[in-house]
Amino acid sequence: MTTTTTLRPGRRTPDSHGYPTRSYDLVKEFVLALGLMTALSLVLAGIFSSPDDPSITMSGWAKADPADVVATAAGELAGTTTSATYGAPYNHASEGQSVLGLQLQKWGGVGVPVDSADLVLQPLRGVTGDPRTSLALAAWDALPASAQTAAATAYADALAKAPDGDPAQVPAGRYGPLPAMTAAFLRLAQGGGLEGSLTSSGTFYGGDQTRSMLLLSDGAYLEDTAVADHLGGDQWGMMNEVGNYPGQPWMWLYTFWYQVKPFSTSENADAQVWMLMMGLTLALILLPWIPGLRSIPRWIPVHRLIWREHYRRQRT
Amino acid sequence: MSTAPPDTGGGTWTAGLRDRLSRTVPADQLLPDRQPAYVASWIYVFGVLTLAGLIVVVGSGLVLSFGGAIWWHTSSLGHFVNSVHLWSVELFFACMVIHLWGKFWMAAWRGHRGLTWVTGVVAFVASIGAAFTGYLTQSNFDSQWISGEAKDGINSIGVGSWFNVLNPGQMLMWHIVLLPLAVGVIAVLHILMVRRHGVVPPLGDEEVSS
Repeated sequence: MTTTTTLRPGRRTPDSHGYPTRSYDLVKEFVLALGLMTALSLVLAGIFSSPDDPSITMSGWAKADPADVVATAAGELAGTTTSATYGAPYNHASEGQSVLGLQLQKWGGVGVPVDSADLVLQPLRGVTGDPRTSLALAAWDALPASAQTAAATAYADALAKAPDGDPAQVPAGRYGPLPAMTAAFLRLAQGGGLEGSLTSSGTFYGGDQTRSMLLLSDGAYLEDTAVADHLGGDQWGMMNEVGNYPGQPWMWLYTFWYQVKPFSTSENADAQVWMLMMGLTLALILLPWIPGLRSIPRWIPVHRLIWREHYRRQRT
Repeated sequence: MSTAPPDTGGGTWTAGLRDRLSRTVPADQLLPDRQPAYVASWIYVFGVLTLAGLIVVVGSGLVLSFGGAIWWHTSSLGHFVNSVHLWSVELFFACMVIHLWGKFWMAAWRGHRGLTWVTGVVAFVASIGAAFTGYLTQSNFDSQWISGEAKDGINSIGVGSWFNVLNPGQMLMWHIVLLPLAVGVIAVLHILMVRRHGVVPPLGDEEVSS
């Protein structure tokens, strides 16, 4: 039971149970509220439905943008893709993001180890009955690691300079088995052989899409598709979803910081925004004990509107 | 003829728990049929609307769970239930945000109600997590894009090893078990605190202590 409480020296909040009362049917109020929310949900669902754009499949990606698949495969083998250079939790390739000198990303450790080259090699090694693929893999395996990287990097660079990234227009060079390997990877993807091949570690059930998603994200096709649907990071994409659906408007403040400097141009934007949001959330939680902030409701008298009947009765 | 005094179970753990519960929220405060006269504004409705919204969210989620994670992609009924789930979430958040703002302008943390405010904000944050993991488990283009973007934020603060947004199996468990449980427990605590302390009195009614 509440008793009088000191708000600050000389001021006590009275006990709510000491006020005059009126009849109030809580259960009826709840039942009506439940009926209203159920009816509104049903009506909105009936009118507006919900978005369900199909996921991008590996074969869909390979058919829509084959050059992107080839470039991504070459990049994975060269170790130049986003995932290959990511750092924790996938590998030790970089220090990752930091904020105020705190290397939070690195401190998390490599808990989800991913070898980006394996995103290409593992599916290729599963191919049987294709002598071209077998020969290319044998040639790759025969190369020392430095030569593998050099060949893959040279091919990735050449693809980047080729018109439209078209492998057919790449000039001759010292690419080793890379053209054959990436071509085999593209054939595998277009034929549907990549679906599910990266979702588990040799187990029948594959519920973990980490490696598939990293491969897809390393290409340009996923982001190009999202940007075309106004879902880019600089398009408030984190809180939106496809079409004109409301998405997650409650994440507006988190998304907002990505749109403005210094976060929009910072290499550590994610860590900075997260730390900022955690600080703001903590301030919101502890607001009752923060001088100044807790007094705003007294300074801006919105409460005069909320309790206008009570104040009117007091005046009379 | 003498009669034995009624056995009240004094000294037992059960009696202790019962006494503790009745002291925490007396029965007449748990479901009162009267409220202070100053409780007379539409803003008060948004608290119970938020609770009702949460029940519709959970209820539609339970129906979805009967069909499984991908049922709604292949069934028109499943798609409709998913739409109800989506819109109930939108309504739930809309009501919760209005409720939160209303309580802010009432300075509703006054009079030993600080923990009520804290549980309300924590419930809001946990609800954001629950909704977010829902978007990750849709198994469509939205979840591909959102998870691909969100991983950078989660990984940047070093928790990606334990909370892998690219793993829909893990996210589904968080979405349908851990986070709803957290939101539900916090919501119950929040409501019990509201009932225990009563609705905060109007600003300006403070008594000057001698």
